[in-house]
Amino acid sequence: MSINFFKMNKQITVTVNGAQHTVEVEPRTLLVHLIRETLNLTGTHIGCDTTTCGACTVLLDGKSVKSCTILAVQANGRSISTVEGLLSADGQLHPLQEGFKENHGLHCGFCTPGMLMRSVELLADNPNPTEEEIRWGISGNLCRCTGYNNIVKAILYAAAKMRGEPVPSTEPEFV
Amino acid sequence: MAERKPSLCYQQNSGKAQNYLVPRIIINKRQVQYSITQKTNLMIAASFEYDAPSTLEEAIGLLQQYGEDAKILSGGHSLIPMMKLRFASPQRVIDINGVPGLSYIKEEKGVLKIGALTREAEIEHSDLLKKKFPIFGDVTKLIADPQVRNRGTIGGNLAHGDAANDHPAAMLALRATVIATGPEGKRSIPIDEFFFGFYQTALQHSEVLTEIQIPIPPKGTGSAYHKFERKVGDYATAGAAVQLTINDKGICTAIGIGLTNVNATPLRAGRSEQFLLNKSLTDDNIAAAAQLASEDCNPSADLRGSEEYKRAMVAVLVKRMIRKAIERTK
Repeated sequence: MSINFFKMNKQITVTVNGAQHTVEVEPRTLLVHLIRETLNLTGTHIGCDTTTCGACTVLLDGKSVKSCTILAVQANGRSISTVEGLLSADGQLHPLQEGFKENHGLHCGFCTPGMLMRSVELLADNPNPTEEEIRWGISGNLCRCTGYNNIVKAILYAAAKMRGEPVPSTEPEFV
Repeated sequence: MAERKPSLCYQQNSGKAQNYLVPRIIINKRQVQYSITQKTNLMIAASFEYDAPSTLEEAIGLLQQYGEDAKILSGGHSLIPMMKLRFASPQRVIDINGVPGLSYIKEEKGVLKIGALTREAEIEHSDLLKKKFPIFGDVTKLIADPQVRNRGTIGGNLAHGDAANDHPAAMLALRATVIATGPEGKRSIPIDEFFFGFYQTALQHSEVLTEIQIPIPPKGTGSAYHKFERKVGDYATAGAAVQLTINDKGICTAIGIGLTNVNATPLRAGRSEQFLLNKSLTDDNIAAAAQLASEDCNPSADLRGSEEYKRAMVAVLVKRMIRKAIERTK
């Protein structure tokens, strides 16, 4: 982090993926910088840095937010989930991770952490989304490989799995 | 701290909003692009002090103390990007997210009251608004994307004073009243007296926008909003909000039309409203009103289209939204 010439640092306590951290940050530190640089959780990516691409999406108290547009100090006393927290304690993939794996839901993988975290909230709000609802739901996440079709399939797969229904075919779609 | 040197853009933009330059406008004049490349640390805001008051009084006290140097942080999805681009460099940021009692949607004595800190996502999913004001569903669906709507607030959307934002046009159509709370207490500001100029509103430095009040319209009222955007989350090429009331004889007894991003401030299509008032909403009348709106707006040519195109789109949108609002009166 930057060296501070000003006595304006704030001490904050955040819970990230269940673990509590007390850190000192400069008010202008962005949440994504706290996550990546102070807590070393580099699964959360910085893409556009302008609230457009959604690669930095994390859950703040269960709500998906773009962490490049939130100050770290704003997360004081709150709980954050990042892509690192999706894996279960026994190492099992989250249904969404499994869906992305099975359906070729990623090409280069840069947008994937944001896509996953956005989808977590999407499926929490709407466990049985239509394809159109998914496309609107991830409209704040850009995939520059344009792999949207398989991403949508991956989310449909995860939705079915989380509802305990048989999962749709995982035949990948190359378009 | 990296000092901002006043650039040509700053000198051009005199007045109180000088800390607030607009990327998209000035980029068209090829000035900001130059000044951006001169800066280092582009996506990190200039240093500031942060306060998170837990009461409104405390927040107003801080505003009184620091005046122009302070900015209220609500959803932060206009302010933080501007700070990152160093278009705004407040020395003090007052985060009101911890102030209780500013987030609600309720109906009281024929008035709809929305707390300034109500998130766009809450407005989007409110059952009360879905039933009585379908226009809010139209508006919020078009504001940025789901993540942004989880943070952005209606109060911030208005207090930002940007003609490209979507709520202002809807508020004009709904004839809303903005409640500002300052050291002397609450003050009601009719929406027509709220927007002053580019990023300038009637809010004083020591005031916080705390509530939006909208009169509940009589039966036979419908409302609708739409904007043309190039992609999800884009600013409007043009946008139109309409609320109208028709009586059982098909005569329009009340109408409000607001336009997005075709003027320096959110624009009321006053002549169109006057034209349609106490007339029946025939195709010819609607077309004439739409024509008046396209004449009265002042769009500037940019990446989203030429002036002529935007005027044409205003006419199309006004027409469509009047028809949609009529359908919703049933």
